[in-house]
Amino acid sequence: MTALITTDLIDLDLEAGDRHAATAHLAGLLAGAGRVTDLDAFLADVRAREAQMPTGIEGGIGIPHARSSAVTAPTLGFGRSTEGIDFGADDGPAHLIFLIAAPADGDADHMTILAKLARRLVHASFRESLLGATEPQAVVDLIDKEVLGR
Amino acid sequence: MKIVAVTSCPTGIAHTYMAAEALEEAARQGGHTISVETQGAAGASPIAADEIAAADVVIFAADVEVRDRDRFAGKPTVTGGVKRAINDAPGMLDEAERLLAAAPAATATATATAAGPIAVVPPPGRAPSSGGSRLRQWLMTGVSYMIPFVAAGGILIAVAFLIGGPEIANKVNGGTFRGVTYEAVDDISNLFEETGLAGVLFKMGATAFSMLVPILAGYIAFAMADRPGLVPGVVAGLLASAIGAGFLGGLAGGLLAGAVVLAIRRVDVPKAFAGVMPVVVIPLVSTLIVGFLMIVAIGQPIAALTDAMTDWLDSLSGSNAVVLGALVGLMMAFDMGGPVNKVAYTFGLAGLAAGNQEVMAAVMAAGMTPPLALALATVVRSHLFTPAERQAGQSAWLLGASFITEGAIPFAAADPLRVIPSLMAGSAVTGALVMAFDVTSPAPHGGVLVMGLMGRPLLWLAAIVAGMAVSAACVVAAKSLRRGDPVATPPSTTTGIRGPAAVAG
Repeated sequence: MTALITTDLIDLDLEAGDRHAATAHLAGLLAGAGRVTDLDAFLADVRAREAQMPTGIEGGIGIPHARSSAVTAPTLGFGRSTEGIDFGADDGPAHLIFLIAAPADGDADHMTILAKLARRLVHASFRESLLGATEPQAVVDLIDKEVLGR
Repeated sequence: MKIVAVTSCPTGIAHTYMAAEALEEAARQGGHTISVETQGAAGASPIAADEIAAADVVIFAADVEVRDRDRFAGKPTVTGGVKRAINDAPGMLDEAERLLAAAPAATATATATAAGPIAVVPPPGRAPSSGGSRLRQWLMTGVSYMIPFVAAGGILIAVAFLIGGPEIANKVNGGTFRGVTYEAVDDISNLFEETGLAGVLFKMGATAFSMLVPILAGYIAFAMADRPGLVPGVVAGLLASAIGAGFLGGLAGGLLAGAVVLAIRRVDVPKAFAGVMPVVVIPLVSTLIVGFLMIVAIGQPIAALTDAMTDWLDSLSGSNAVVLGALVGLMMAFDMGGPVNKVAYTFGLAGLAAGNQEVMAAVMAAGMTPPLALALATVVRSHLFTPAERQAGQSAWLLGASFITEGAIPFAAADPLRVIPSLMAGSAVTGALVMAFDVTSPAPHGGVLVMGLMGRPLLWLAAIVAGMAVSAACVVAAKSLRRGDPVATPPSTTTGIRGPAAVAG
């Protein structure tokens, strides 16, 4: 299976005006890496999900995500914003933005990986480690260790 | 406290699992036991029925409807969105504790069960679960989806009889009613013109009824194998109808479809192939296997069996009337619209054509007894039935009175080994009594609506009431003997018939 996240899917100094711009920027990274075949279609799917209910949760996290036929493999894009971007959480803007892309026909194995990732996001220690990461490779290593156990 | 929880969200890839993790984490820190069912895109592993039975409290953290909510009926329940669980899982647990404290009946079980070592139960699906309770859970899922079809279809047909007279069935489908032969309406667009509102209602009801077995089979397979089970399950149900195998055929077909999908899933496939497995390969292959088995391995024997039973029943025509009445009674209640029931009903029709009206009276009465007996049982011992069954019991009064035997199918499909023999016992009594009383019916359907046409209608009614009493008593006795069944007997029900309602407060 392709790696869930690689260094070129990470932007530790994400700058974007709003959540849509932030999502579009991260989605662009995914498209550049060949994980997303049709950027517009994917963004439309993410927006549709975001419109149902904002994906921000307390603790400074935004999780734009979608299951989309434009996605080739389950992929995580990660952005970190110092000033924060509003994702609709009650307690303020998000500093950690996870763009989760799932293939529309993803099988149970794919979905299990993403489920594990989602479960890790709840843990404060995981979030703090991400906030403290100094380079993209550290983020990749952390996620590989926490989510994939290697 | 012991908690069972369900989490679900629109896409089922992020918040569903975050909510589950947050709840598990909060439960661990609070010293509670929890089992979470994540109804997400990775496929849900249902919480074992015995775990639900042992739970003190239920938490739903869901933004979309919880699948098979019925399983959790009768327990104190905390409901919220996934975000609430993620942001404030401890708050949800606090609310659960307050609810539990306010529900005295449930607290008794809480103290009894919370004494054991406190541990976080691993995510659902791994928990041991007896084969019987799994099977019952699958059947209940199929039944819970089928019940609205039974109620809607049955009531439409009953209303059609009420306003159009029992002959409306023949006006729509063709056939003979009291010497008048009707032609079937071939073009449905002419239905309203030719048969009026009653005919239209009848057709709608009959159409809803035609989905009973496919829905039952489809959702049994769905419960076993999740979404990929739906296609082979529905096809198995449609084929069960087509080969005249009735709801028992659909039940078998649904279980078969679910098992086949589960078996295919175990096959290791190359990575390149994995993407098309759930969408193309599994539905295709499982439908092929199940469809072939239904048509060839089940269809032909059923046709042969039907012929053999018809010949056998014909050969008994001249024998003891009471025995014959008991026999058609047994057959009417055995599969409620399935092949055995059809043989008995056709035998009654043939008698009618030959001028014998007694057998028809027995057949009709014996076909009315099952739904009526179950309606009665849900009233006198409601705690033995799930909430869905109790609702089905309400419409079963009308369906039974209208000789729509299908009203009993939800009960029989959910618990066939206890319900079917009970129904057969009562219907045999009814059939025998009707023959003994020499009741006659010139009408082939209509139930109480055609009492005015009958000879000795009050004795006919008495025979039905006797059969109802026998069947209801048997069902109650059989279900009471069952031990530790989570769906039907929540721990608190010993406090009274209305036990579950008290717990829910």
